[in-house]
Amino acid sequence: MKKALLPLLALTLAFALLTGCGGSSGSSDAGPTQAPAAEDDDGTLTLNVYNWGEYISDGSDDSFDTVREFEAWYEENYGQPIHVNYDTYASNEDMYNKLSIGAVSYDVVIPSDYMIERMIAEDMLLPLDFDNIPNYANIDESFHGLYYDPEDVYSVPYTYGVVGVIYDANVVDEADVGSWDLMWNEKYAGQILQFNNPRDAFGTAMYRAGIDVNTTDRTQWDAALADLLVQRPLVQSYVMDEIYNMMEMGEAAIGTYYAGDYFTMLDNQADDVDLRFYYPESTNYFVDAMCIPSSCQHKDLAEIFINYMLSEEPAIANAEYIWYASPNRVVYENQDYIDEMGEDAMSILYPDWGDFAAKYNAYAYRNLDSDLLDYINTLWETLKIN
Amino acid sequence: MKTASKIFTGLMFLFLFAPIVILLVFSFNEAKSTSVFSGFSLRWYRELFRDTETLKTVRNTLVLAVCAAGVSTVMGTAAAVGIDRMRSKYLRSALDTVTNIPMINPDIITGISMMLMFVFAGRLFGFANSLSFSTLLIAHITFCLPYVILQVLPKLRQMDASLPEAAMDLGCTPWRAFWKVELPELLPGVVTGMIMAFTLSLDDFVISYFTTGTGFQTLPIRIYNMTKKTVTPKMYALATIIFFVILTLLLISNLTGRSDSQALNSAKREKKTKN
Repeated sequence: MKKALLPLLALTLAFALLTGCGGSSGSSDAGPTQAPAAEDDDGTLTLNVYNWGEYISDGSDDSFDTVREFEAWYEENYGQPIHVNYDTYASNEDMYNKLSIGAVSYDVVIPSDYMIERMIAEDMLLPLDFDNIPNYANIDESFHGLYYDPEDVYSVPYTYGVVGVIYDANVVDEADVGSWDLMWNEKYAGQILQFNNPRDAFGTAMYRAGIDVNTTDRTQWDAALADLLVQRPLVQSYVMDEIYNMMEMGEAAIGTYYAGDYFTMLDNQADDVDLRFYYPESTNYFVDAMCIPSSCQHKDLAEIFINYMLSEEPAIANAEYIWYASPNRVVYENQDYIDEMGEDAMSILYPDWGDFAAKYNAYAYRNLDSDLLDYINTLWETLKIN
Repeated sequence: MKTASKIFTGLMFLFLFAPIVILLVFSFNEAKSTSVFSGFSLRWYRELFRDTETLKTVRNTLVLAVCAAGVSTVMGTAAAVGIDRMRSKYLRSALDTVTNIPMINPDIITGISMMLMFVFAGRLFGFANSLSFSTLLIAHITFCLPYVILQVLPKLRQMDASLPEAAMDLGCTPWRAFWKVELPELLPGVVTGMIMAFTLSLDDFVISYFTTGTGFQTLPIRIYNMTKKTVTPKMYALATIIFFVILTLLLISNLTGRSDSQALNSAKREKKTKN
């Protein structure tokens, strides 16, 4: 038995060593007995970035490897090596929990709008020094003064997007298309996919009925529930990212998701599926923006990083990777980017918004107080269980 | 009856392995789609080896698993020996129960309570980062320990208690008796415990999710965080590689293990015939 296990142990160790020698992060990690130093022993700076998963161009498919390129760029321009710890999270709430409990410290985070509003209210973000972020001038003026940061002090917009309706033109009649009513059309019973989270699902019903999605009037929420209960027998299932596979395969014909994600589905659709997209009468807008949390260790480095993300090459690479619209002028006015995306994609991602800020402020989800959120969750359970 | 049992076995294997087979097949898909197989290609394997961030999390996961397995094996073996030598029966069974708590406790409770403890301690000493690699390692050792103890204790009970005594009678120091006589007897249990600790640490998502800090994410956490967009087929490629590495390890340990015990059996038989 002893002999038998030797090769196994040796292999395990060898495997660990092989993959372990690639870097020194294991040993250079600060233990709980010391705060992370701005510099390692060898003079390398450390910057901690916390972003959504799959939300940066990472070098796959010969794309631009943003994090590594930034490290090289920084060393070239400032003469000092830098190491970026790039961590990811799955939702605003995950990120908020980690930061609010004071368990971790990051220098740059990229939350969504309503979470930024909440973090500002709870003193979790630092005001930015825009002298260090000259590329902020690249951000379109219509992204100034959005409700979550009305004075433009704490955040720099990174991406934005709008929820729309996706349908399979081989199944759905063009005459039925154009509004939220398609999601309630009995002709397509069993072909409809609805969001599997309360805020977005109630949102579809409220936009359709012309109700303010941030209303504190509980009877309005009850009315939205009644609509969703009418819709329920028509719904095939309530989904989040399962929607990609189901729409691509043609298992369902109607769904609702973000404009940028529609292109991912379009890329992968099966031969007998013809996916199309439209914006209904009113719909949800979101903005994700770069911020500096109050636990930040090197604010100047964080601002240099944010400024770098706004410069042409990384900004375009990220916009192409994520497929969400960019508020950055050097991206959407760049001819190479326009050619790469194609005319159809450009017209969907960057339609003529008119007064974007006004629409955004009217339709975006805001942070609701916890009593109301509890109430919405009870309504949601009624929908899902009964 | 026989055919029924054959069908049942077949179904069981189908349910066990169909997901792995599907994953394996789609890791060789040319397109990004997880629904249409458009042609054989190694594209996702190439992509995987270019993705430095994912490889970093793989390395983190392995470093963590090796450290956690190593430390918990040493500590667990020592603890088992200690528990076994206790004179008071009540104290012994009390300790047995206590060590089992982390095993029975739901992961999410272990995770949250450890996070709270680390954050509390961090605040107490005024650290900027209360969570880090060390806290993650402590958490992993904690949930691995009972499994090691559980593997070593039965070996201790099987062992003839007079063996180490005989060694000491013949002039061994207690320390030497432990190394030369006791430990070789316990080794199968120790190694099984270590392998269990290694795989448990490799697998763990929930506890790591709560206790990991800045700059040290493990692979399961990275995959979970991809759900804003879809999980890329790179991950299928990675899962396929991990599956085959573990399969090879298992095969090696089973094959060599069998030939070893066969050799032992034949040696015993020879001895008997000689006598």
